[in-house]
Amino acid sequence: MELLRVEGLSVEIAGKRVLDGVDLEIPKGETHVLFGPNGSGKTTLIKSILGFPDCRILSGRIWLNGTDITSLPTNERVKLGLGVAFQNPPPIRGVKLGDVLQHLTRGVDEMKLTATVNIPAEFLGRDLNLGFSGGELKRSEVLQVLAQKPNFVIFDEPDSGVDVENLEVIGKAVSKFLEKRSGLLITHLGHILRYVKADKAHMLFNGRIVCSEKPGKILDQIMKKGYKWCEKCPKVKKRRQMR
Amino acid sequence: MSKGKKTAADAIGKPAAFGPDLDIGVFEREAASWAPCSISALPKEVVQRALSVGINADEKGRAGTYFQIDRSVVLQAIRDGFAGKAEILTTKDALEKYDWVREYWWKIVDANTDKFTALAKLKWDQGYFIRVLEGQKITVPLQACLFISQDNFNQNVHNLVIAEPGSEVQIITGCTVHPNVRSGLHVGVSEFYVKKNAKLTYTMIHNWAQNFNVRPRAAATLDDGATFVSNYACLKPVKSLQMYPVAYCRGTNSRVRFNNIVYGAENSRLDIGSKVVLQGKGSRGEVITRAIASDNAEINARGFLLGEHEDSRAHLECRGLLLSDKASIHSIPELVGRAKGTELSHEAAVGRIAEEQIRYLMARGFSASEAESLIIRGFMDVSVFGLPEALKEDIKRMVDATLVGVF
Repeated sequence: MELLRVEGLSVEIAGKRVLDGVDLEIPKGETHVLFGPNGSGKTTLIKSILGFPDCRILSGRIWLNGTDITSLPTNERVKLGLGVAFQNPPPIRGVKLGDVLQHLTRGVDEMKLTATVNIPAEFLGRDLNLGFSGGELKRSEVLQVLAQKPNFVIFDEPDSGVDVENLEVIGKAVSKFLEKRSGLLITHLGHILRYVKADKAHMLFNGRIVCSEKPGKILDQIMKKGYKWCEKCPKVKKRRQMR
Repeated sequence: MSKGKKTAADAIGKPAAFGPDLDIGVFEREAASWAPCSISALPKEVVQRALSVGINADEKGRAGTYFQIDRSVVLQAIRDGFAGKAEILTTKDALEKYDWVREYWWKIVDANTDKFTALAKLKWDQGYFIRVLEGQKITVPLQACLFISQDNFNQNVHNLVIAEPGSEVQIITGCTVHPNVRSGLHVGVSEFYVKKNAKLTYTMIHNWAQNFNVRPRAAATLDDGATFVSNYACLKPVKSLQMYPVAYCRGTNSRVRFNNIVYGAENSRLDIGSKVVLQGKGSRGEVITRAIASDNAEINARGFLLGEHEDSRAHLECRGLLLSDKASIHSIPELVGRAKGTELSHEAAVGRIAEEQIRYLMARGFSASEAESLIIRGFMDVSVFGLPEALKEDIKRMVDATLVGVF
């Protein structure tokens, strides 16, 4: 059975259609990768899966582990086993990373988790995402998601703006976490794929999944030809004509 | 009539520069008297309300206590082990005991300022005199409670605090009313003298009633190397509260810091400011204010920094959070430089809780209301104030108590 199933999802934000009939299935135990140029709708897809209210669903449905979550509030979806490591989490003054972690773990194995992503104990007393460096933001996001123990997890560009040492720490933590779980990885340059074994990759283009292949194959094409390669793809051209 | 009383008599009709004007004639001046006793011997509801403003009934963890109800002083005592380090008296007793107290009396607050200072001069009801002796460093706080037990009563206290050279002390002042009190007026004049290399941490916590009016009038003067930290918290509804304490950094390397947290609920009108006057070489000032306005509350958060010495620096920071469309927060910072090298700065932000923050916390499994509560608690986070640990915990507990029932 699929852990995540997105069917015919069309979404608009502030009156503009961003997703246009997205279909996506991620079976239990698999990790998939989502590629796509800037503005293709990757972040909107994540926000729609989370149920953020600025993403207005025009049509389609989302299932998590067999439950239709299309109209559930965000925290209910999280209770059903959804977790997201954000690309650009907002700073929240006065709310400590440790407070959130405590809520997520109830104190169990907290120190073991922080060690996994190389976060020193004193860091937990810092205001959430306030003045964090790029690497600190990513490690803090990964830490929180590890603490949440979701069945299905989305990592939104965990490798962007991260130096080599941090990339290794994050890559290994993500890889180990995904061993027994299902997930979706969003990556621009595929650096994280050095550490994480993915089963399948999808290309999101103009608000729609235009192809699904082995991750290595899609990444090779992007590296060689950039996203222009998609523009030339017969499937994309055909779609344009249909419009 | 003495000259002082005469000028005060002239000022009795003079409205304050800020805050809503009040008809002071409508309040009662007569009150039944209370016999001296320990705090724990007071009625349970008095003890509970005192606790809500940081006053410990068992006097444990406190070096001394002053407790005044209406016009009666029920307790003025230094605990064993602290005698010879500090003294606590009523200001009336202090004026009788020491001639020199007159040199500090009405010297940095002018009785002629407005009708409220005039009231404290003409219809004066005690107040505390706290003096920490030279070189004495008292690590345990002293506590003072100014309590009103009778509805519609007008209490006018005048406090005097002297930190002698090289001394160090924390004072907690809790001002509150009996649960049966609906309305009334509290006027509190306070004069602080922080002498050479002394450090005074003064924490004032207010818990009034919905229809109550409050007009503190305070000033501090700082000698060479002196530090004055003023912490203020008012987290419960009040009809009107206006204050604008001033600190004169006269000494070389004197330091002042004002930390204010206010939560305006229901129909509260809060007009709260802090003034810093930098006169000494190397003097430094900082004002940090956190204001939350809910329901129909109106908050004015003022700040005034005056740099008169070329080597002086001060910063003003105000953050306001609006929880209702009918509430308002008006941040009014003023910076005046009168010497070439002075550095004065301010930053202010007023707004509502960012949706993005709520969504983010919901994605961590918090419900919308849990997320809001967490963000508000974070906003009121007192760790930025750099308080002593025990005090930090006390204020945190009070913030938590305020927010229970709101969310």
